[in-house]
Amino acid sequence: MEAITEQKYTFKDFASDQEVRWCPGCDDYVILRSMQKALPEMGVNREDVVFISGIGCSSRFPYYMNTYGMHTIHGRAPGIASGVKLANPKLSVWVMTGDGDAMAIGGNHFIHVLRRNIDLNIVLFNNEIYGLTKGQFSPTSKVGQKTKSSPYGNTQGPFSPGELALGAGARFFARIGGNVPKEITQMLIDAHKFKGTSLIEVLQNCVIFNDGCFTHLTDKDVKEDKQVFLEHGKPMIFGKNRDKGIILNKLKLEVVTIGENGITQEDLLVHDAKEKDPTMHQMLIRLTYPLATGIIRSFDDTTLEEQEDALTAQVKASSKFKKVDDLFFSGETYTVN
Amino acid sequence: MITTKAKLQPEVIDAVVIRFVGDSGDGMQLTGSQFSDTSAMFGNDIATFPNYPSEIRAPQGSLYGVSGFQVHIGSVEISTPGDNLDLLVAMNPAGLKTNLHALKPGHTIIVDSDSFSKKNLEKAQYETNPLTDGSLENYRVIQVDMTSLTKAALKNVEGLDNKAILRSKNMFALGMVYWMYGRSKEHTVSFFNKKFKSTPHLIESNTNVLNAGFYFAETLELIPNAYTISPAKMNPGTYRIIMGNDATAWGFLAAAEKAGLELFLGSYPITPATDILHELVKHKHFGVKAFQAEDEIAGITSAIGASFAGDLAITTTSGPGLALKGEAIGLAMIMELPLVIVNVQRGGPSTGLPTKTEQSDLLQAMYGRNGESPVIVIAASTPANCFKYAYEASKLALEHMTPVILLTDGYIANGSAPWKIQSLDELPEIKNRITKVAPEGVWHPYTRDEETLARNWGIPGTPGLEHRVGGLEKDSVTGNVSHNPENHEKMTHIRAEKIKRVQNYIPDVKTEFADAGDLLVVGWGGTYGSLHSAVKQLNDEGYSNIGFAHFNYINPLPKNTEEVLSKFKKIVVCELNNGQFAKILKINFGKFDFLQKNKIQGLPFGNNELIEEFKKLVQ
Repeated sequence: MEAITEQKYTFKDFASDQEVRWCPGCDDYVILRSMQKALPEMGVNREDVVFISGIGCSSRFPYYMNTYGMHTIHGRAPGIASGVKLANPKLSVWVMTGDGDAMAIGGNHFIHVLRRNIDLNIVLFNNEIYGLTKGQFSPTSKVGQKTKSSPYGNTQGPFSPGELALGAGARFFARIGGNVPKEITQMLIDAHKFKGTSLIEVLQNCVIFNDGCFTHLTDKDVKEDKQVFLEHGKPMIFGKNRDKGIILNKLKLEVVTIGENGITQEDLLVHDAKEKDPTMHQMLIRLTYPLATGIIRSFDDTTLEEQEDALTAQVKASSKFKKVDDLFFSGETYTVN
Repeated sequence: MITTKAKLQPEVIDAVVIRFVGDSGDGMQLTGSQFSDTSAMFGNDIATFPNYPSEIRAPQGSLYGVSGFQVHIGSVEISTPGDNLDLLVAMNPAGLKTNLHALKPGHTIIVDSDSFSKKNLEKAQYETNPLTDGSLENYRVIQVDMTSLTKAALKNVEGLDNKAILRSKNMFALGMVYWMYGRSKEHTVSFFNKKFKSTPHLIESNTNVLNAGFYFAETLELIPNAYTISPAKMNPGTYRIIMGNDATAWGFLAAAEKAGLELFLGSYPITPATDILHELVKHKHFGVKAFQAEDEIAGITSAIGASFAGDLAITTTSGPGLALKGEAIGLAMIMELPLVIVNVQRGGPSTGLPTKTEQSDLLQAMYGRNGESPVIVIAASTPANCFKYAYEASKLALEHMTPVILLTDGYIANGSAPWKIQSLDELPEIKNRITKVAPEGVWHPYTRDEETLARNWGIPGTPGLEHRVGGLEKDSVTGNVSHNPENHEKMTHIRAEKIKRVQNYIPDVKTEFADAGDLLVVGWGGTYGSLHSAVKQLNDEGYSNIGFAHFNYINPLPKNTEEVLSKFKKIVVCELNNGQFAKILKINFGKFDFLQKNKIQGLPFGNNELIEEFKKLVQ
């Protein structure tokens, strides 16, 4: 695999010949297009890219990418992707999944892949509903939400993907609305660059079964007031007028207005995504006003394959077994004449 | 201190069956395996069978906490760990009580008489002491105060607490048995030197106790050194003693090197399959990637990922794990990726009898998936040939681009036997189907070999072969998703035909002892040893009308199966389940009448029960 120094692809090179079959207006189109635009900028060879998915609307994704891909079984994409990456660590491996796939049927694999920190990228399409099976509540649906399987309102409390991920030891977590292709594209590139498991939660609108569930946070008109877009090393500032910010008051995050009560920009928290201790990252994930988006956590750590490679090199260097015959004829053998 | 009854005349014997029993913490597995290894080095043929409770340390002295290790050694061909015992070494009353039934009348029991305390007798539910109440009249009982003698042997060794002293009394018993059968202590002493390298006082203590037992047996004339077992007549070659699970692991190592691929194992610990994982994790020097996953499903799915990426990928499990892997096997099957699934069968259903053997996952292996999803199913039949069939499973998976289920069972997986070492040069070629360079024009993943119908294997990292596969039905040429009705039927037939054509690449089933006659004994998998020795014995007794056919290839069946079945008046299918292979034969060869001999006790067949049954059938 040669090193790529200049961009040799355009987004068209990553589009397969298959007709895209999501519902018109679905945010999945935005994510697909963002991915096709991001890949040429990552400097990877097309043949070194693998998309793995489970089951659900989001999991059709690999069919639309002109790369290697596998559309597998419900919830198991992280296991399959782990095998691909461990078999060939040079590959850029992507798991495309949804809230049902990753957090219900695949919950176990989801937490374990994050704990291990294999260098692969997970894009979680969170629409807080089951789309492909036509409208049941998911593990991220809100309490009280009326769906086909909860006609009187959902009684099961939701997971927060970010909190769960950090609890499982995630080193990289980012959150973004499904309607901002430019930001998604950059986030995909950053996730690719990150060594370790990266998780991007996309707040993805399902136009059919849960339309508008994120509108109050993500609509063009409100997003600047309702979201704080975090960037490493920059103050936590938001609002249409860039006059709101976040400070730490005792053990809680507090929204303040710059210019009021003597608050200046200097008083605001500065985002440190690279901090090992996830406490502040968890607080940011839990914040409801404003909603924290952007790369919330990006802590550099050793990957599983780096550890495995080091062990393998060490064992190889000290072992007397080079070929299986060395092993078979070693130790206690005896000869019959 | 020592009493002997039923005086035994010195004798030279062909074979002997010995069982060491005691508490699960008494070290019976170690004692037994030391004796069998030493005997193999001496040149005997051997077969062993460990039998232990599923509790790690069951309550001391209890009946269900008894752990045993049986070894059959001989100057003749040995194909089972043996049925009836010539010697029972019992370290406590519970061991005696639960194993006495297996001892041949008139034969020898060695007991640690110190352990026959009131408390231990009660725990073993003895109302009176069997050593004194006359109930052992028909056996030759050698009572040894083994605990006291062990303590005495260690009084000058420093750094040992009482627990460590008691733990070495198994070596006293081993020393005695070594002397009785004229075995050298050398192998075991060098084992101590290696194992306890960093704790020299344990080398000294174990060696002392072993010597003490050995000389104790020698000094007392009451124990005749009467048993001599000459080396067996075995094919020339270099041998080693191997356990079934290790042989399985090594078969995969060999296959990967031969195929020029890296080996990937995705696995989740489960009894009795875990030893394959334990063995493969050691071999990083060969680049083996052994991945302990979070569950059975991740075990197989990680292997599927590795297979997609071009490794020889395997997953190992036992019955309940196979059930969990079912959906993923279907995925690998429809994606037509090479994958080996090892199922070391145990007693089922559900959790069943985890440490006991059974053959009741055959139908699960055949049919335990949704949709029309045939895969290759093969079965190993001895501890040593687990190597051969692990290799064969890999070869078939890679050359035919399909999942292969390899069935072994707790009996052969934990048993050990001499393995004539095969070097890589002696093993058949394995040709993987990786497309290394993109051909001119379009490359389709589902282009097939005309003979085998195996598809091409395009692996990530290869420019020009980018493609998508998945669980949805695919177009027969391009591999793109297709919901076309005719295409689905066509693909279903192609996938079935691909497995059927494997018949052209597997050997015929052989008949042993008789090619035609009155009774054909049919078996498959791990019962080979039991069935073979029973039919052999009958043949030696003059029953030349009984033949034996043992199957290692279940799906597809060998081409000559019908012909073999047609040569006998009666067919009896013997298996450790309720008749699963018999069902498969009935489906395929309905014109024959298949009698059944089934056993579902978590135990292998006994020689006598088979002989009795077969004699009845030819009367």
